[in-house]
Amino acid sequence: MKKEGIELIKNGKRIDGRGFEDIRKPFRIKLGVLKNANGSAYVEWGKNKIVAGVFGPREVLPRHLENPHKAIIKCQYSMSTFSSLEEHGRAGPNRRSIELSKVIREALENIVLLEHYPRTMIEVFITVLQAEGGTRVASFTAAVGALIDAGIPMRTIAGGIAVGKVDGTMVVDLGKEEDNYGEADVPMVFTKEGDILLLQMDGMLTKDEVEYALTKGYEKVKDIILPELRKAVEEKYAGEIVKKLEL
Amino acid sequence: MGVDVIKNLKRKYLLDLLKKNERIDGRDFHSFREIEVVPNVIDTAEGSALARIGETQVLAGIKFEIVEPFSSDPELGVFITNSEFLPLASSLFEPGPPDENSIEFARVVDRGLRSAEVVDLNSFFIEEGKVLGLFLDLYVLDYGGNLFDTGYLAAMSALLNTKMPKVEDGKIIRGEYKGNLDIKRVVTSTTFVKVDEYMIVDPLLSEELAADSRLTIAVTDEFVVAMQKGGSGGFKKSDVLKMVDITFDKRKEIMKYLR
Repeated sequence: MKKEGIELIKNGKRIDGRGFEDIRKPFRIKLGVLKNANGSAYVEWGKNKIVAGVFGPREVLPRHLENPHKAIIKCQYSMSTFSSLEEHGRAGPNRRSIELSKVIREALENIVLLEHYPRTMIEVFITVLQAEGGTRVASFTAAVGALIDAGIPMRTIAGGIAVGKVDGTMVVDLGKEEDNYGEADVPMVFTKEGDILLLQMDGMLTKDEVEYALTKGYEKVKDIILPELRKAVEEKYAGEIVKKLEL
Repeated sequence: MGVDVIKNLKRKYLLDLLKKNERIDGRDFHSFREIEVVPNVIDTAEGSALARIGETQVLAGIKFEIVEPFSSDPELGVFITNSEFLPLASSLFEPGPPDENSIEFARVVDRGLRSAEVVDLNSFFIEEGKVLGLFLDLYVLDYGGNLFDTGYLAAMSALLNTKMPKVEDGKIIRGEYKGNLDIKRVVTSTTFVKVDEYMIVDPLLSEELAADSRLTIAVTDEFVVAMQKGGSGGFKKSDVLKMVDITFDKRKEIMKYLR
């Protein structure tokens, strides 16, 4: 985990010049970037470039997965073979992507009103085109954008963020070096109301540090991630009058 | 496709009990079932242990191989965790390649052991281009809920009882050993499920299937080293912090099985 000789914090600034609580820039979300998917979203978050596409509700394949009471969600997170500065990646699912697809799907199942569409499936495909750490939480956020764009009803809205520890200091939104050589990483997804829908952690943290991660994580989702998502929806869907009224 | 109906009925039954401060098998909310850990059950492996929590049994086996190091860390040994959900363990398991549950299980156990630096991978260096690889395989023999804690127990006990293979001229001499694997820290875990507002430790399979969400927390003496949430329900911040406290508390009890 920890690597000698790499200084992640210098003179109170992080390796990329950010303060401890700053989120990477750019951070922007655009809806409706694909023509064929029923809904889509594109997220740029630091050097992460992620596209998500949603199909459905549509007939379930294979049929035996059908649920007479609600829709099922199929979710596939994948990274492009050229998404890392290092070697050429392997195409197709791997153990990491299968796990991430599962935790992202479980978080989505919480907010989508699945009971509205029995005997159907909603497919969520996410591709990380370019990666710079924190891809799972950015991917979740992209997936929510794509679901909104597809017009799929949700009971609330949610977004993701990671908080971690580098050189003994807790910091928000880990970048690539911080992710690789830091001491801990806590990816999280929160609803607008503060419910935790995705929670993972590796590294070493005290209980107080876990508390800091959960507190800051929610604060940043509420104050930065969700407003950006809202802005993306308004940009695509709000008519001129609504936009003027907002002013 | 009656699964949902059954799940809802089971959830209601469970919730009614929890409201009366009871559980299906009579335990209180924060008690483990009976735990049993037997190390050194497989002679052909360099380390092994069979752990049982209630009706769940996991056999951990450890084998060493000489491998090429990862190009990113040419001097570090390799540590790889896999799991096998044997079809004989449960009618819910099917033969075939590992599914997402099996992959998640192995990766979560791996995460805690790696984060805590249980094994010093620097000591696995042999010569340029050659390092020792430790393969930890978790065989699920019986699945009756709470795989994660049973897996951590089996893995940790096996590691604590692992013999180092003798290496000569860059080759492992099978059947000959030189001392034991050095263990830096011991990891213990506690898994919770939440049903409505109630959180219970060490879920039975029926509790797991009826629950809204699950959280596994792994710790050392001082630190939280891994967390993994499962299921589509939500947790509050206060829930998580309470579960962290209980996990540190439960550690004393679990450590008795790892001596």
